[in-house]
Amino acid sequence: MLTANPSRRDFLKGTGALVVSFSAFSTGAELFAQGQFGTRESNVDPKKLDSWIAINADGTVTAHTGKCDFGQGMFTAQTQLVAEELCVLIERVKLLQCDTEITPDQGTTSGSQSSPVNFNTENLAQAAATAREALVAMAADKLGLPAEQLSVAGGIVTAKSGQHVSYEELIGDKKFNLQMSKEAKRRPHKDWVVLGKPVAALERPELMTGHFEFVQYVKAPGMVHGRVVRPPAMGAKLVHVDESSVRDVAGMVKVVVRKDFVGVVAETQYAAVQAAQKLKIEWMLGPAMPEQATFFDYLQKQQGRDGLVIDSGDVDAEIAKANKVVRAKYTYAYQMHGSVGSSCAVADVKADSATIWSGTQSVYPTRSIASTMLEIPQEKIHVIFKRGSGCYGLNGADAVTLDAAVLSQECGRPVRLQFTRRDEMMWENLGSAMVIEHRAGLRTDGTIAAWDREDWAADRGGRPGYDQPGNLITGMLLGYEPAPLNPGPAKKPTGVLNNQSNTVPAYMTGCINGVCGGGGRVASERVLMHTILSPFFTGPLRSPLRIQNTFANECFMDELALAANADPLDFRLKHLGDERVRGVLKAAAEAAGWKSHPYTPRALPKKGKVTGRGISCVAYEGHNGYTGLVVDIELDLETGVVHPKRFFCAADSGPISNPDGLKNQVEGGLLQGMSRALGEQATWDDKGITSVDWVTLNSLHLDYEMPVIVTVLLNPSDVPATGAGEGSITAAPAAIGNAIFNATGVRMRTVPFTPERVLAELHKQSKTA
Amino acid sequence: MALINLRVNGQEHRVDVDPETPLLFVLTDVLGLRGPRFGCGLAQCGACTVIRNGQTIRSCVTAVNEIGTDEITTLDGLGTPEHPHPIQQAFIDEGAAQCGYCLSGVILTAKVTLDAKPNATDKEIREAMDGIICRCFAHTRMMRAIRKYAEEKKHAHS
Repeated sequence: MLTANPSRRDFLKGTGALVVSFSAFSTGAELFAQGQFGTRESNVDPKKLDSWIAINADGTVTAHTGKCDFGQGMFTAQTQLVAEELCVLIERVKLLQCDTEITPDQGTTSGSQSSPVNFNTENLAQAAATAREALVAMAADKLGLPAEQLSVAGGIVTAKSGQHVSYEELIGDKKFNLQMSKEAKRRPHKDWVVLGKPVAALERPELMTGHFEFVQYVKAPGMVHGRVVRPPAMGAKLVHVDESSVRDVAGMVKVVVRKDFVGVVAETQYAAVQAAQKLKIEWMLGPAMPEQATFFDYLQKQQGRDGLVIDSGDVDAEIAKANKVVRAKYTYAYQMHGSVGSSCAVADVKADSATIWSGTQSVYPTRSIASTMLEIPQEKIHVIFKRGSGCYGLNGADAVTLDAAVLSQECGRPVRLQFTRRDEMMWENLGSAMVIEHRAGLRTDGTIAAWDREDWAADRGGRPGYDQPGNLITGMLLGYEPAPLNPGPAKKPTGVLNNQSNTVPAYMTGCINGVCGGGGRVASERVLMHTILSPFFTGPLRSPLRIQNTFANECFMDELALAANADPLDFRLKHLGDERVRGVLKAAAEAAGWKSHPYTPRALPKKGKVTGRGISCVAYEGHNGYTGLVVDIELDLETGVVHPKRFFCAADSGPISNPDGLKNQVEGGLLQGMSRALGEQATWDDKGITSVDWVTLNSLHLDYEMPVIVTVLLNPSDVPATGAGEGSITAAPAAIGNAIFNATGVRMRTVPFTPERVLAELHKQSKTA
Repeated sequence: MALINLRVNGQEHRVDVDPETPLLFVLTDVLGLRGPRFGCGLAQCGACTVIRNGQTIRSCVTAVNEIGTDEITTLDGLGTPEHPHPIQQAFIDEGAAQCGYCLSGVILTAKVTLDAKPNATDKEIREAMDGIICRCFAHTRMMRAIRKYAEEKKHAHS
């Protein structure tokens, strides 16, 4: 699988189970070391039922999960799952998430993997089903009746005769001492009473009243406050720190220096802020960054690691025979997580042990990296998840955690560290900048004969996993290297198509040696990737590479429809075989009242507003959730401002656990995708990232007049649950780009679609018209 | 360091801090409040918003010694999980958040706007929300919750 698609993400989707690797850089030995979750051995054995579920003396249920909630709704949905499978009231379930002393190692909570991992037939779902069956068996034994004659509700097992026994009477406060059962049966979808219902997110009252304990509020006894002092430029090396420059700061505890890592610790947060500002440091600058203005050309000129995802071998010949050939080059800017709350962690590092409170998505991998950095055995490190500001992937949460641990170890006291806005944004692992080139041939009947696609993606570091501290800024400053890129030519594709980065458009057959893993009908196909060393750190940002690739694929599909003089929806359906992609596309189109007709150019007025409608779809990661989207936009010809007015979005993520939570994800994803499409891009100068606050990064504020959103949630019960949080964002930029074309005849091939770019393209068009 | 008296959420406090300390740090680190949050430290995002005598301010850029005898109200001073303020209840009803980190800016700004002008139009409410950032983009639900609160307020007065 690795050779079939050298992915840059931190996991590989296996047969329904999560296999955490360290992106393509994994060696065989690392993969071999992985446990049931594709993770390492830990003190919490995932094969034991007691690692997941406990029935307390009062009959309440305590459940443990390694998938945590950052605001995406996992806490509530998983609580529903446990309540459903154990047949208890949801109020009777207490869910503990992501704690290395308590919860099984489920790797990282990311990448649309939580629902597939915990809501199908393994892991948390399997544990709850195993527990229910075990409890019924115990009741059968106690009541002297066959299990088939018993039913369960409200934590009480009842016989037809009326005899009954409660969970607490059966096992209250005692261990199950059972292995997880592969045969345990999930409760049938049609019988669900808690799962599948729009249960309001359980933390809402605390959240809305400002009583919720974010990681930013964790307090440890004797805690002091830290600040890091980052270099002025990427690649800068520390020459000298003048500790006397902060001697007069009242409440100063310590200046911490380790290799290129510099930080301060003080009794109060304000003293730490002052010390960080006053500390005099001499740095030696490294090489200048490549220029932003010509960066995409730079990217295409670099040698990288090449990967051939699919290659039918006949693309050049088929395109040469084609009736019409269409080519286009798309580019996508570096983008940022830009969490609204800057990242924070509290670490209490003692001589031979540590306790760390962190907003990380990866408590166990963080424990492993902290162990390496602190030189404390990982069994002696306790990492406890506490929700931080929404992360959307690898924001500063991991780096700040490791920074706090280093500061605490150096000063011997518990340290709370929160990044400044600049610390957060200048050094985060950006969403990759990409170039995507398409070339396709059309037959005389207007179908696609062949499609050739090549991309260049900027990549440096990423999730540190268990072994790569250098994938983050903290590790780099401490002298660790990022995971090596290993440049080299592509190998012939083998195995089954792994489309986890959505490089392969949904319209390709995705065949490798006769096994076709794609959902489309274009059989002459080639997809070649180049992973290029990025000057900046990169890492998973909600829909990593998938949003970039889908933007390019779905906009190019519109270009092909235009060349074939076909309606964009009809043209898509003609080339799609996958019923679920077809399903969401048709559902979105129906909700929007889509009228099929080929694009007809119209004369644009000189000023005023024009309207347009665009469509897109995605099979996320190939098979991990399906989204169809139609958007209506308004475009101001004088200002170049694009304003989406209505989204019609259909989502199919299998059996829905919580329709309200899913809707919240679909809506938020669409608007975040819209903000990213319209204006968000990381900027830089010769030293490093310059989009370091909310003036220099353009996120849509609350005053923006948001489009109306119509969501259509498909709810098939006979398929596994898939990811649900990244489909709508993935489809958004392409649909908006297609709507801009529909409104103006101008094709935007660079994200973001800033007003300046839109105006420039309009101007170009009016000149050639 | 200096002793400073503060009126926060209806209670008197005396704190011993550097008088230049941002109000935010006093509220969170000294008084242990969980409503106001450090977002940017630059008055650009709204996460640190508190109400000072009926007006919203950004507590990350306001020194504690500027407050004097003014009454400060924070998101956690408005209501409790058991007894939420009506605008908080509207947010609960509408599920108007994802991570929820930005809520001080969103809820308090909307409240102050509607308290000053109960008949504010959607456009006026929106304009008041400039400079507030929600990166989860729960915007649509938030505006719905604010509108719901506005409607309830109107009915309560009529």
